[in-house]
Amino acid sequence: MKFVDEFRDADLIKKTAEEIRRLAGTTRHYRFMEVCGGHTHAIYRFGLKDILPENIELIHGPGCPVCVLPMGRIDDGLALAADDHVIFAAFGDMMRVPGTHGSPLEYKARGTDVRIVYSPSDALKLARINPDRHVMFFAIGFETTAPSTALTIMRARAEGIHNFSVFCNHVTIIPAIRAILDSPDMRLDAFIGPGHVSTVIGCRPYEWIAKDERKPIVVSGFEPLDILQAIVMILRQMRAGEAKVENQYKRVVPWEGNRAALRAMGEVFQLRPYFEWRGLGFISQSALRIRDSYAEWDAEQRFQVPGVRVTDPKAAQCGEVLKGVLKPVQCKLFGKECTPEHPLGALMVSSEGSCAAYFNYEHRKAMATSLSRSA
Amino acid sequence: MCLAIPGKIVNFAEDGRLATVEVVGVRRKVDLGLLQEDMPKLNDWVLIHVGFAMSKISEADALEQMRTLALLGESEQAMQEVRGYGLEEE
Ligand code: SF4
Repeated sequence: MKFVDEFRDADLIKKTAEEIRRLAGTTRHYRFMEVCGGHTHAIYRFGLKDILPENIELIHGPGCPVCVLPMGRIDDGLALAADDHVIFAAFGDMMRVPGTHGSPLEYKARGTDVRIVYSPSDALKLARINPDRHVMFFAIGFETTAPSTALTIMRARAEGIHNFSVFCNHVTIIPAIRAILDSPDMRLDAFIGPGHVSTVIGCRPYEWIAKDERKPIVVSGFEPLDILQAIVMILRQMRAGEAKVENQYKRVVPWEGNRAALRAMGEVFQLRPYFEWRGLGFISQSALRIRDSYAEWDAEQRFQVPGVRVTDPKAAQCGEVLKGVLKPVQCKLFGKECTPEHPLGALMVSSEGSCAAYFNYEHRKAMATSLSRSA
Repeated sequence: MCLAIPGKIVNFAEDGRLATVEVVGVRRKVDLGLLQEDMPKLNDWVLIHVGFAMSKISEADALEQMRTLALLGESEQAMQEVRGYGLEEE
């Protein structure tokens, strides 16, 4: 437990870990999925694997918006940016994600006008100060981010800014969880629910997981103690033979969610009939498009989008890793052709992708140990 | 991008839509559009995500969140993000 001592609640963490050991016993194996990429990152960084007993396995879920975006969408967005008139604006997380002909950053090096923004409202501002150009914001994210995009589009209309559009790749978490539960090669006992998505959607949308699928789900914060406490709550439910939605992250997540955020999303977005997820395939009603009433700010309605579809390279096993069927190291390319410095798949780009998290913490640690051994 | 950064409200813009927050000494404007139903007051702490205040939190939780970001090795990225919010001139 070498990481434990640097945490503020080191004692409490040790006690919680003991409680987990006691509740988990030794006779069975548990498979819990942390849905959110933020949790994946935290679990690796905090070395929670070393704290948890061996019979608790954490499976990394689909909650990294960069990782689930199919390459074709990146190609589509960049194709629109080929026009000199267009400024392509996206979050920093997108910049190194490979498209068929390179990442946004590589396009930038070849002369495409690519800008990093930290907020959709920055992209709108770019449009304001570049009235003779068109700013296209490449929007990604789950329900945490979608409301901010919605408010920005509403503002563009209110202010009459017409040289601005959004290439919308916002996705919704519930259908992804459903797809994972429906997938035949996936056996899970419970879920650690996403923290920040839940500040927007609240806890109710998870009720079917408990009721119909009989699996506990506990919405959790991102500190080490939060995640361990969520695991205690799950184990307690399982011991009692229950399956409920519980909220470990009450200090941030209201049970009912954020109504202002949900209203903004409802005003601007509607569900797409289906959307392709990298690794999970087409999932119905799993993504958002911009309503016709805001068509002017929808890059897909305003421009001719090529509609590129690309299959990932055969050897890349991003899909299996994304679904939690394979561990990152089990991908043949892991640490060889595919590294954070030269990512082949998006899971290796984002700090929330499980391949990057695994590489940065586990793999580097293992390399360091074997180096010091051979020295 | 999925980071949430804590900031303390130090000033409101006239139309009530934007507020100035302070994040470890750095001041930036954030959008309050998502907190219209539960508006923060002066000196309240909020969690900021992509330039929008997303929820109110206690001061103790805000400080803990900063520590978590530091432990995750993301406080530098968080500050870069805070400095990058280009809303201040509006
Ligand atoms: S190692 Fe690279 S190619 Fe393999 S699953 Fe991870 S991101 Fe995909």
